Amino acid sequence: MNIITQIFSWLNNQLLKMEWLSEGVRLIVENIFGLSVKTRLGGSIHFFIYDTIKIFILLSVLIFMISYIQSFFPPERTKKILGSVKGIKGNILGALLGTITPFCSCSSIPIFMGFTSAGLPLGVTFSFLISSPLVDLASFLLLVSFFGLKIALVYVVVGLVLAVLGGTIIDKLNMTKYVESYVYEVKELDNEIEKMNRNDRISYSKDQVKDVFKKVWLYVLIGVGIGATIHNWIPVSFIERVIGQDNPFAVIIASLVGIPMYADIFGTLPIAEALFGKGVGIGTILSFMMGVTALSLPSMIMLSKVIKPRLLGLFIGIISLGIIIIGYTFNFISYMFV
Amino acid sequence: MIIKILGSGCKNCTKLEEVTRKAIEDLGIESTIEKVTDFKDIASYGVMKTPALVVDEKVKFSGKVPSVDKIKDYIK
Repeated sequence: MNIITQIFSWLNNQLLKMEWLSEGVRLIVENIFGLSVKTRLGGSIHFFIYDTIKIFILLSVLIFMISYIQSFFPPERTKKILGSVKGIKGNILGALLGTITPFCSCSSIPIFMGFTSAGLPLGVTFSFLISSPLVDLASFLLLVSFFGLKIALVYVVVGLVLAVLGGTIIDKLNMTKYVESYVYEVKELDNEIEKMNRNDRISYSKDQVKDVFKKVWLYVLIGVGIGATIHNWIPVSFIERVIGQDNPFAVIIASLVGIPMYADIFGTLPIAEALFGKGVGIGTILSFMMGVTALSLPSMIMLSKVIKPRLLGLFIGIISLGIIIIGYTFNFISYMFV
Repeated sequence: MIIKILGSGCKNCTKLEEVTRKAIEDLGIESTIEKVTDFKDIASYGVMKTPALVVDEKVKFSGKVPSVDKIKDYIK
């Protein structure tokens, strides 16, 4: 048993945490820049180079693997699967499928209309829409790499619960009348799901990696930059005062800062990592990350074209409240994870 | 031949239009290209990923921007 655990922890440290890379970058910073990583500047440079390379490697590998899996679950298939279950099971399945169906904010409307015209309950569609940007396989593996397996699992489970509950509440409140009426005028139409062979899937996955890369590289650099600044230049005392464990408003502040920000999980992680290093509570960090990824302005603008302000407000309200509750709960029980 | 590009004006939609124009030019086919940007119209084709290519009212593919050569296969 012991050997197996050791092998796993070695694999985790080298493959996901990439300790070899950290070590290599340290040598570069110390020998080429002539700076110790213990100095502020040296530490920032190390954080910046190491995190940037690490995120880009993980991003390429993970997006490739995940796109390959996703190519088996186009939204057309998800729609069919969801049509076959009823009640809360539909919400759970919707949240789960949200994690593997390819999604971008530009597709949220066609997916919303496709699901609705197929007669799926509004709540199921919302469970899907909440979980889709919030939880996916890539974010899970990234979290394992940055924070370890326990916290990653917790993030995924909590994200799914939020999606299921959020969808169920929207269902129970009978919000159907707040969907723009033209959505219901669309007739359901099933297109054949395009058949793909292995080469198609591989080339699809490669394209996805390229697309994601183009979309997020700037966010990643900004995120790593902010992370490096927090890591080495902002005094612990300041961070503790604003979002530290002793400030009862820490979670609310972190959520309110995170919600209007929009970045991919890739850009958010280095900031979360640096905050974690400064001793910020795990619940506060989860709230911040969920706020950044779950609610984004582009996707809200899109949604406002198919649902009326009241439902949009409810949607934003449920997610914000959920994120804040999650934050406090996890800060309260964080001794179990850290 | 009537070719329709379905998409609400995202980057990839413009790209698909460019690539499709190139493919038609290469093939020398007589055709018109229309852009469908209204969500209701897009949804009426049962498309859930944009951009999508519709040739003579048939959805050929959705959610990707293939190369010029591949598009030729779809149009032919």
